[in-house]
Amino acid sequence: MQEQRLQEVRAVLKTVDDPELPSVSVSDLGMVHDVKIIGSQVYITMVPTFAGCPALDFIQRDVQKAVTELSWVSECEVQFTFQEKWSTDAITDEGKKQLKKHGIAPPPENYQPGNEWTVACPYCDSDFTSMENVFGPTACRSILYCTTCKNPFEAMKPVVDYVY
Amino acid sequence: MERGEEEMIESAEKAKQDPIYLNALKDLIYQLADDDFIISFRGSEWLGLAPHIEEDVAFSSITQNTMGHALMFYNLLEELGEPEADQLAHERQSNVRKNAIYFEKKNGEGHYTEEPYYDWALTVVRNFLYETFKKVKLEAITKSSYQPLANVAGKVLMEQPYHLAHWKIWFNQLYHSTDEAHERLQARLLEASEEIGDVYELGHHATEMEHFELMISEGTLRERWLNEVSKTIQEFPSIDIGKKFGSGREGDHTPDLNQALEILSEVYESDKDAVW
Ligand SMILES: [Zn+2]
Repeated sequence: MQEQRLQEVRAVLKTVDDPELPSVSVSDLGMVHDVKIIGSQVYITMVPTFAGCPALDFIQRDVQKAVTELSWVSECEVQFTFQEKWSTDAITDEGKKQLKKHGIAPPPENYQPGNEWTVACPYCDSDFTSMENVFGPTACRSILYCTTCKNPFEAMKPVVDYVY
Repeated sequence: MERGEEEMIESAEKAKQDPIYLNALKDLIYQLADDDFIISFRGSEWLGLAPHIEEDVAFSSITQNTMGHALMFYNLLEELGEPEADQLAHERQSNVRKNAIYFEKKNGEGHYTEEPYYDWALTVVRNFLYETFKKVKLEAITKSSYQPLANVAGKVLMEQPYHLAHWKIWFNQLYHSTDEAHERLQARLLEASEEIGDVYELGHHATEMEHFELMISEGTLRERWLNEVSKTIQEFPSIDIGKKFGSGREGDHTPDLNQALEILSEVYESDKDAVW
């Protein structure tokens, strides 16, 4: 039964979106670190994406609400840990697909911290893109421009473990 | 710094067992938190006033992110038995704050709501020097004996390269543009060199910090910072670096910090439950 309940919680987590990236679940963003179930109580540890992300409180509330809707759950506690490092490598393939579908390019792979980067256009796949502003409307996104289809688009900033 | 004889301290509970260790650790974290907090307050005063709209978006995004870093450090203090993060940020008097004095300096003459005559050259120089410093200090702290702090430093360092890169670009572009821009940056650099000398100091607990391998020595920190700055400004390390207003690490501050705290507490008192 424990295993089944765990899967139910995991499934619910795939339905809760990051308010700043609608249509991409917190689960596919790689924000779920750990789920513990003790009887009817659920304890979820999550990893924040960017430190200055103002959406953390909303995410906490949304996750709690969604999980509590499972009939057997009496209580759900959601905690963020700053002890774990989130990186854009934690975004699942499904997450990347969803991002792209909504005009946000997934982060580039093999990024070296501090280096310049661009990504292919999420609309036409062209590589002829340029960086407009590294800092988009939120800390986790940048604004780029596609020279081929002439669309501006957003991309998730690569955040990877820092090597020094 | 090699991890030698000293053992790793994995939790707040364990850190609390040795009062000497605990006090040195708290002092170090206060420096990090207060630096991030005051620099992001000065950044937030630029909202709507940056040179162009793209910069406004970028700068406020950096500021928000930096405020998030301050919050992570205040949270670590909370775990160590200090008051809660909100209070630490907003309710402490200036004489217990540990930020370096240069970071509290007003953005310029004038007032945010009246005539905000702020100086962009000061902002570029200050933020550039700040981000280079933050990088080397946090790099050292990833090897700290207090594991929760080392972890947070590692996380902040994943985001911070964007901040440093941003101010490097500003500095280089202005430094190599018109004579006026060049001169204004030079004047602000000179001013910085006279005031910023407390930045690499570690305060009253410097010896213990090094002894417990919480942190590298002041001398090494200074050397690494100047080396990092020299990658962009070759001539900076040859300038004499002074600390005209004393040491913020030891609680010395200027009226500029009180001015900042007054504004902050007005906003804070008016809406204590706001999420920041
Ligand atoms: Zn395109």
